[in-house]
Amino acid sequence: MTAHTDISAEVLKRLYETMLRIRLFEDRVAVLYPEQLVKCPVHLCIGQEAIAAGVCAHLAKSDYIFSTHRSHGHCIAKGMDLRPMAAELYGKTTGCAHGRGGSMHLVDTENGIPGTTAIVGGCIPLAVGAALTARKMKNGRVSVAFFGDGASDEGVFQESLNYASLMKLPVVFVCENNFYATNSPQKARQPEVNIVERASGFGIPGELADGNDVLAVYRTAQKAVERAREGGGPTLLEYRTYRWKGHVGPLADIEIGCRPADEHEAWLKKCPVDLYGRYLQENDVMSDQDIEAMLARVEKDIDEAIAFGKAGQEPAGTDLYDYVY
Amino acid sequence: MPWTKIQADDSRKQVSFGGPASAGLRELSYRDAIREAMSQALETDPAVFLIGEGIDDPGGVFGTTVGLKDRFGAERVMDSPIAENGMTGVAIGAAITGMRPVFIHMRVDFLPMCMDQIINHAAKWSYMTGGKVKVPLTIRAVIGRGWGSAAQHSQSLQALFAHIPGLRVIMPATPYDAKGMILGSIAGNAPTICIEHRWLYDMKGNVPEEPYVIHPGIGAVRREGRDVTIVATSYMVYEALRAAEELEKEGISIEVVDLRSVLPMDEDLIVESVRKTGRLIAADTGWKHCGVSAEIAAVAAEKAHAALKAPVRRLCLPFVPAPACQSLEKAYFPTHADIISAVRGIL
Ligand SMILES: Cc1ncc(C[n+]2csc(CCOP(=O)(O)OP(=O)(O)O)c2C)c(N)n1
Ligand SMILES: [Mg+2]
Repeated sequence: MTAHTDISAEVLKRLYETMLRIRLFEDRVAVLYPEQLVKCPVHLCIGQEAIAAGVCAHLAKSDYIFSTHRSHGHCIAKGMDLRPMAAELYGKTTGCAHGRGGSMHLVDTENGIPGTTAIVGGCIPLAVGAALTARKMKNGRVSVAFFGDGASDEGVFQESLNYASLMKLPVVFVCENNFYATNSPQKARQPEVNIVERASGFGIPGELADGNDVLAVYRTAQKAVERAREGGGPTLLEYRTYRWKGHVGPLADIEIGCRPADEHEAWLKKCPVDLYGRYLQENDVMSDQDIEAMLARVEKDIDEAIAFGKAGQEPAGTDLYDYVY
Repeated sequence: MPWTKIQADDSRKQVSFGGPASAGLRELSYRDAIREAMSQALETDPAVFLIGEGIDDPGGVFGTTVGLKDRFGAERVMDSPIAENGMTGVAIGAAITGMRPVFIHMRVDFLPMCMDQIINHAAKWSYMTGGKVKVPLTIRAVIGRGWGSAAQHSQSLQALFAHIPGLRVIMPATPYDAKGMILGSIAGNAPTICIEHRWLYDMKGNVPEEPYVIHPGIGAVRREGRDVTIVATSYMVYEALRAAEELEKEGISIEVVDLRSVLPMDEDLIVESVRKTGRLIAADTGWKHCGVSAEIAAVAAEKAHAALKAPVRRLCLPFVPAPACQSLEKAYFPTHADIISAVRGIL
């Protein structure tokens, strides 16, 4: 773990709580999924929590994030209430998109989440556009695009970096490199060049860090967000991590040969939540009791969110034509 | 279900086959028929290669490419970066210089990424080169419905492509057609979009073992009838057949025409059937507005107007993006029950 030294205990604890909220929410979705009441595909981010937590820790409520098919963690870290999120998974009118979007299309405009897209790469230029708004309105907001290693091969990624650099826009590009796009390993899709190195081709800084070390994420993201906010322009951050579950759904995909079992095993040992929890205890930031209390609080929120989600009504068929325009 | 076992009725139309179609009929699923087409194309022509995101993974594009990389190697069954527009251009570039690529997409919803290369390049190349340079490119893309796939993963975009001269758009509904039409497309010289509904992959049908070719633009009558013609595309053929079975119990006789290809469209067959029944329902997997069903209706209006005894009805997706939740999905996707009410409405 990167040392915390100058980071306040309050921030350190908040980071942990965010990671726990993501982990426990995703775990719960995985456990409940076989009930078949969540009737939409879910792309879980278990194993990748540190990135969402470490980046969003620097964002104000009014800052923007843009995300992908795998967005639960980003939205939680940005402060989204778990209840409308759960209700959206359950397809209820009480869901954040009134049941129209499902897991892949979370939204929370109050918390700077103007929507999420399941078209790979689609969110990247949208984040640049939000940064353009911030620049035009001079409101000091920063925009963050979360996307995967796979998305970095889309044309829009290069086009977005170019324009953001040209206009010195307040945007941070956060690539979560989990080494797979569905079941395709990174090396089947990209030459062995770090994604982060593409930044230099567009004249912007890039930084590569361990995505399972929340403090490493926190520090690199801090620089990038500050730079954006101060008018210094965009940064590309590449974080290496691993998703524990299969591309979609609650099962790991190891059984059907999608990824090597030993690789999966090795990454389970690098659990970002455990690593950081232990670090906080060893450095006397949190006691066992503190952690217990935090866990209980988070579990309670999740219980309430699931109950809220289940209790809602599904939209009536007669409301099919709502919200098109 | 019996209505899943359908063999193309080509007796009404002349169809040329690559080999004797009578020999070696076996029952295959739609999925296996496509895999056999892929496999035979790779065997018979070294210019053929398959490319697409994750086509070599254990799922193998709903099973249609499973095992092919092991058999033909990574040079001919190629994984791809997630870079649809660029990779479409790469495939077109290969096609105009001697290869016969098959570019495979898990969802048709990713084809909007490729619009520039498909519409401005693939569709135009033969014409812009005075017919000197052909684009023997096949693009396979999957459509479907259900399980909250929602707005960006449930579209049925055939009409977008069917609007473009220079392209071909095929929508095989049976295993027999899937194999023959895909082989026809690979062997042919026109850029072709093959649209496959994912609810078809388990459907069974008789399929000859040898390679054979079905040319686009020839529809098939799946069921003869007197009272109403239903012209259907892809999965809607099955909904139409089911509606026809139920209506038969009441003495209503439905003719089901499987369009098979949207561009070119078998206008003669539509006209012939409408002249016989005097009533037309167009059932398409896509949207109504400026869609395939509009074209079907226009054919009847222009060429069989005098025969029409009732207004044409169209069964399509409501003009709304696909919802995620199940209650709205139920209201969204038309079924045989909707076809039955439409039939009742014009009888
Ligand atoms: C334009 C487009 N192409 C393909 C897909 C299918 N698809 C969905 S997620 C995915 C992999 C994305 O990989 P990556 O960007 O690394 O994100 P991860 O899933 O690893 O978080 C693919 C190919 C899609 N949704 N959109
Ligand atoms: Mg990835």
